[in-house]
Amino acid sequence: MICGRGWMFGSDIDTDKIIPGRYLDNYSFEFLAFHAMEGEDHEFASKVREGDIIVAGKNFGIGSSREQAAIALKHAGIRVIIAESFARIFYRNAVNYGLLPIISPNCTTVFKNGEEICVDLDNGRIFSSDDSGREARFFEIPSIVRQIYDAGGLVGLLKLSDENE
Amino acid sequence: MGSSFAEKIFRLRTGRSVEPGEIVESEVDFVMANDVTGPPAFEAFEKLGAEPMRDKIVLIPDHYVPNKDIPSAIQAKSMRDFARKYELPNYFEIGEGGVCHQLMMERGFVAPGRLIVGADSHTCTYGALGAFSTGIGSTEAATVFARGKLWFKVPKSDKYLFHGKVGRHVFGKDLILRIIGDIGVDGALYKSMEVGGNAIETLPLSDRMSIANMSIEAGAKNLFIAPDKKVTDFLAGRVNGGYEPVLPDPDADYDDIKEYDASEIPPLVAEPYLPSNVKPAAEVGVTIDQAYLGSCTNGRIEDLRAAAEILRGRKVASGVRMIVVPASKQVFEQAIKENLIQIFLDANAYVSGPTCGACLGGYMGVLAPGEVAVSSTNRNFVGRMGHKDSKVYLANPAVVAASAVTGRITDPNEVMI
Repeated sequence: MICGRGWMFGSDIDTDKIIPGRYLDNYSFEFLAFHAMEGEDHEFASKVREGDIIVAGKNFGIGSSREQAAIALKHAGIRVIIAESFARIFYRNAVNYGLLPIISPNCTTVFKNGEEICVDLDNGRIFSSDDSGREARFFEIPSIVRQIYDAGGLVGLLKLSDENE
Repeated sequence: MGSSFAEKIFRLRTGRSVEPGEIVESEVDFVMANDVTGPPAFEAFEKLGAEPMRDKIVLIPDHYVPNKDIPSAIQAKSMRDFARKYELPNYFEIGEGGVCHQLMMERGFVAPGRLIVGADSHTCTYGALGAFSTGIGSTEAATVFARGKLWFKVPKSDKYLFHGKVGRHVFGKDLILRIIGDIGVDGALYKSMEVGGNAIETLPLSDRMSIANMSIEAGAKNLFIAPDKKVTDFLAGRVNGGYEPVLPDPDADYDDIKEYDASEIPPLVAEPYLPSNVKPAAEVGVTIDQAYLGSCTNGRIEDLRAAAEILRGRKVASGVRMIVVPASKQVFEQAIKENLIQIFLDANAYVSGPTCGACLGGYMGVLAPGEVAVSSTNRNFVGRMGHKDSKVYLANPAVVAASAVTGRITDPNEVMI
């Protein structure tokens, strides 16, 4: 089970908000993490903690193929992103870089900003850790996505499969 | 029931029938990366400890080159070093290169029926020449460097038909903006778009490339336009190797079919902060600080000609900067031969060598707080071309040039009476 503070965002959070293009000239994890979500919330990088969770509306990660968007969030401490829907390339980048994207049609109405959210994949539950019983519905995580996530990312999975061959 | 273009591509590649939603693994013909997406790919590739599929890899520095500063110089160097270390034949240094997607087409990597992936979201541009092409991330690119194949989810397909005659000063840019304005920025999410109709058949390839280029702005996986004689002519003497066109079956199943009367579409503009905020250029009337002509969307010779036609004998308005960035060395050279560069210089426009430059807020024309640009590029997100309090209005090359002359966003039909 993964639990972390939830950070609420709206719809169409684009890759220029997650990591603005002006920072793509410097491929350093620390630098990218320092500017994570800067286009939407200037103070995000200083507030976010290891293990936190993003909760967003529709079409999270719209725009560029820059994997730096996933890299910045991961190195800022984010582990899980729950959104009503994801842009296609960002979704794959997030999975491949070891983040867990979860599609939940009602996540933004169920949760409150700043509260602790728990993701229990084995029992198929995403819920608020208070006693209110609030739970979000979510789509089943494709087995390939689960395998990549469990291996820590696509490179990890391919190295594992090399070892098994 | 027949197959859509996307279904047919994966059917032919896997040798069996496929259904939308199914996950398949397929060989790809080429994989491209640039100086922004390359470094994370190289890092991932080294962890895989594999030998690269040399002939499938194309590396094109374009985002922050010529090196803008020391960090970008280090990034560009990592690409050069990778190409050298593995003796990759297809690395394009700045003096022979340009914007990656323009190079991929000019240098004959793109052809009908090919399956091409690129670590840049605008890789979807190649559908204008009848290829299946889509943007991927860096880690995935690294796995394709090593394995030459990738998994794909077979997308559902939608069809868009444009009938009638395209109006004066109306471009492929306006047709795709019309679609995005209609269906929204996630209106084609995960889908394959097929665009056709007699209006598309009359369009030059440059316009078709703009249409395919911006399909990602509607969330699409790819966009396909049926290749015709214009494509064959373009590829003659240019294409690397053989190719076999793939066409959708006439009885293919589409999720949705939309039809438009092209003659009713005026020059359009997408207002901040989404490409779906579309309205006629004549109705915007916003004062501008900068007019930007370039990018993988509209930096081709046809785009420069359209802008030069308006700027000939005119001047960029006082208080406005106009920046012209040819998409490649070949475009630049052709523009010199046709005297277009002189027209831009005479109009007091600034001309730079090929680069992605300010399109993504990199350099060579970024915006200060409060500044407004009209731009022939593809995205108008918050802070896309500079400070988060700046604004970008997306438009076709003629609107960009006409706006540069008047100092406010202008329908070119107003200037060119």
